[in-house]
Amino acid sequence: MELIVSLGIGVLAGSGVWLLLRPRTFQVIIGLSLASYAVNLFIFFMGWVREGAAPIVVPGAPVDPARFADPLPQALVLTAIVIGFATTALLLVVLLAARGLTGTDHVDGQEQ
Amino acid sequence: MNWADHLIVLPVVLPLATSALIVFVDERRYRLKATISIASLLAMFVVAGALLRLAEAPRVYTIGDWPAPFGIVLVADRLAAALVLLAVVLALAASVFSLVRWQRAGPRWHALVQFQLMGLCGAFLTGDLFNLFVFFELMLAASYGLVLYGSGLGRVRAGLHYIVINLVASLFFLVGVSLIYGVAGTLNMADLALRLPALAGAERPLAQAGAAVLAVAFLVKAGMWPLGFWLPSTYAAASPPAAALLSILSKVGVYAVLRLWLLFFGDGEGGVILAWGGMATLAFAIAGVLATQDLGRLAGHSLLASSGALLAAIGLGSAAATGAALYYLVASTLGIAALFLLIELAQRARAPGADVLALTAEAFGLEGADEPEEDTGVAIPATMALLGLAFAACALLLAGLPPLPGFVGKFALLAALLAPAPVAAPVWTLLALLLLSGLASLVAMTRAGMSIFWASEERSAPRVNVLEMAPVVALLALCLALTVAADPVMRYMQEAAAALHAPHRYIDAALGRR
Repeated sequence: MELIVSLGIGVLAGSGVWLLLRPRTFQVIIGLSLASYAVNLFIFFMGWVREGAAPIVVPGAPVDPARFADPLPQALVLTAIVIGFATTALLLVVLLAARGLTGTDHVDGQEQ
Repeated sequence: MNWADHLIVLPVVLPLATSALIVFVDERRYRLKATISIASLLAMFVVAGALLRLAEAPRVYTIGDWPAPFGIVLVADRLAAALVLLAVVLALAASVFSLVRWQRAGPRWHALVQFQLMGLCGAFLTGDLFNLFVFFELMLAASYGLVLYGSGLGRVRAGLHYIVINLVASLFFLVGVSLIYGVAGTLNMADLALRLPALAGAERPLAQAGAAVLAVAFLVKAGMWPLGFWLPSTYAAASPPAAALLSILSKVGVYAVLRLWLLFFGDGEGGVILAWGGMATLAFAIAGVLATQDLGRLAGHSLLASSGALLAAIGLGSAAATGAALYYLVASTLGIAALFLLIELAQRARAPGADVLALTAEAFGLEGADEPEEDTGVAIPATMALLGLAFAACALLLAGLPPLPGFVGKFALLAALLAPAPVAAPVWTLLALLLLSGLASLVAMTRAGMSIFWASEERSAPRVNVLEMAPVVALLALCLALTVAADPVMRYMQEAAAALHAPHRYIDAALGRR
């Protein structure tokens, strides 16, 4: 399980970084999305990889923290997803504006 | 909890409420928008002043009354209160400056300013690492809008780079936060300060790696070499009032490094990197200031120089040096903000940029709002003389010459660094670089001033409104006041720095252990 998760995060982050360094704005935005998926998974699994454990404690019952997943990283990752989503949407608008104003999709607004 | 404690949350709530209110006002009623915004900023000024008094000892606000470290806290200490006041002053200056023209250059100017102020105040006040991330993102989201404000090719091109770089920096921020949470199991800054030194074995390097990744995110904002190449072009492209307000944004990075580094690691580890990184930034800025012909980029490189000096001073730091650095931070931020505003006024003489502005206003359908009027108002006699005088004051401030506070700040910084008997090599390097950067600023500003005020071909005096000149004069007058009141201000900053270097009172207050 740990191996699969870390490989998944690594592949996503690697592809994201590769695309981020490409010269086309569309590649950059896809790269950013992939990198943020990697980071979101990374936050999620910082609360330890655990299968079949709920983050919700049953009221009244005796609580053994080892049997529950940590709810905090889940809350954090939710916030991170929302913020990342909003800022990526903003970037998309700027990207379209740049395409319209410069007539090219190169990140510097002109071909080499 | 008595009523005064609620003052701590006001710098976040008030701008948020104001900007939410302004968004709903029709875009054509810009007078109403401006009135609401300025009134709210004046109220913020009073709140920030009261907070400055209140924050003699660290004050804590528990959001939703959840006890720390489980709930999120806001903590107002001396440093946070001083920076909140600085942010309010800059927002006020930028808003008043924009009243004459810039508020009509695009939609939702005042809402963006309020939103920016909210993010800034939140970042200064929060006592929780993840909350810091949220406020950073709010601040950055508003700053994207401000950089792009007024539109145009240059702004979109610079804005695209700025947004991508800051989104990547945010990813670094998240990785750092989650690494630290993974080993320490808490996100409350004060709680982290207690837990991180107690870590042992394999967890300690992991926490250090987390802090280092976090620092990358902050240093991108602060513009440390080699992470700060985006800064001069972005600030040069932004509209002048936006650039003046954003000049405090790079100081947020410096603030976050200062606060978290001293909380997590005391004085020891990692200072060397900050010191040499800061000095490299300073060297890069010196070259940039001398090389550039464009006034906007000159101001941007001056901003880098002040960031570099601050980081180096903090990295080499004793409490005394940090105190002097904080004084220098306030003085240089005010001076550079004034310069950004001044540049637009001075360049109006050379290139009539008013046409471009009228065009964008038309594009947004703002023409024929309320009642159409030319920028009338009182034209100032001897405009060029006044502009020249203000420009000279900016030059003195950036070069660090008396009687302006740039001199006091640099002098106090060097005095604090040279105080311990065997002076180390990095301190001598910093001394040389600081003096050199003063000389470079003086040369560059003199050259720019001569080409604007003395060597212009046709001497058409620019039309400058009183409302545009007032913020510039007020910012420079504030700088002069900083020199006159150097003793109390410096003492305040020294106490703020002493509290940063010995954070036990901050920690006790934040965790509610009085």
